[in-house]
Amino acid sequence: MAIEVRIPTILRNLTDDAKVVEGKGDTLAELFTDLDSRYPGIGARIVENGKLRRFINVYLNDEDVRFVGGLEAELKDGDNVTVLPAVAGGSL
Amino acid sequence: MRYDSLLDSLGGTPLVGLPRLSPSPEVRLWAKLEDRNPTGSIKDRAAFFMIEQAEKDGLLFPGCTILEPTSGNTGISLAMVAKLRGYRMVCVMPENTSAERKQLLAMWGAEVHFSDAAGGSNEAVRVAKEMAEAHPDWVMLYQYGNPANARAHYETTGPELLADLPEITHFVAGLGTTGTLMGVGRYLREHKPDVRIVAAEPRYGELVYGLRNIDEGFVPELYDESLLTTRFSVPADAALKRTRELLDQEGIFAGVSTGGALHAALGMARKAEREGRSADIAFVIADAGWKYLSTGAYEGTLEEAEERLEGQLWA
Repeated sequence: MAIEVRIPTILRNLTDDAKVVEGKGDTLAELFTDLDSRYPGIGARIVENGKLRRFINVYLNDEDVRFVGGLEAELKDGDNVTVLPAVAGGSL
Repeated sequence: MRYDSLLDSLGGTPLVGLPRLSPSPEVRLWAKLEDRNPTGSIKDRAAFFMIEQAEKDGLLFPGCTILEPTSGNTGISLAMVAKLRGYRMVCVMPENTSAERKQLLAMWGAEVHFSDAAGGSNEAVRVAKEMAEAHPDWVMLYQYGNPANARAHYETTGPELLADLPEITHFVAGLGTTGTLMGVGRYLREHKPDVRIVAAEPRYGELVYGLRNIDEGFVPELYDESLLTTRFSVPADAALKRTRELLDQEGIFAGVSTGGALHAALGMARKAEREGRSADIAFVIADAGWKYLSTGAYEGTLEEAEERLEGQLWA
């Protein structure tokens, strides 16, 4: 189960500057636990008290995971996950 | 159609079918042409409603100064209304926005203060809040948290859509202040509880996400997640590709953020087709492409255009 995970600039100090890392897990929660075992500290920057942090957005195949099961969202081989800080919209 | 003044002509924009991009007669796409507003974007609705409300509340009277963080369209709309109503307009804008937007703001008499490109609109919001504290007599309408922004869409955009397309099954729009999606979403849900409300959020280059720490992140005060069915993050290459498809196939010359909304709308259309359901999917053309010509979004190959957009606020 290889899942590609894109890491935002602000968390790359924890991944030796890697923009993309691979992880595994049947759910998003398992994926972050797996990542944290290899990149200690990254889990706590994304998840707090069992929930996604307020200013962190996580996208599974470009869809916001808050709408597809949150941390319990199921993953399958080849999925890609993008982690981004929440920012104010563009032009608007 | 005749109106007493430019401001009276606000809204009432056409909803046009997209026969070539729609996958089948049962699954149809519809574009709401918001570039047909007084200054050429959907933001005219919010700007007008926010200023009217502030006048009613006694916060704004001739001679006042309006302050707003904006990377373009809202500032342009506010500057136009401010000029007609006798207010001074100050915008705080990230420096990496297109040249046209800067020129248009100046044309309508707005003063522009630039914030660092790093941090994007977050930084503009932060700087504007600081300036508001330093000038307590200035009025910050604050589109990200002003209920009149969402109310503009609850009272105008939403009813227009339902009147033109009573069979609507999906509404798709870009996500920035969230005003359009919150206002239209709330109105449509009250009248058609099963309608799907879908957000298309632009995904910028890395510079824009260059915050110093995660706690600087930002969620607009207007945002109510429970009104959305789902939310997509649309990368710049997909938004560009769809913007060009819209031009090639349907003749509509839209800004790049509209390509993002079309991308999400087409995703919804494919899903409805797979599930064998009919669908009428309306999405928002937020503005036309004129203001983005200098970004190079419409020139050369997609790869070249994408490279040129890196580091710019394209929506």
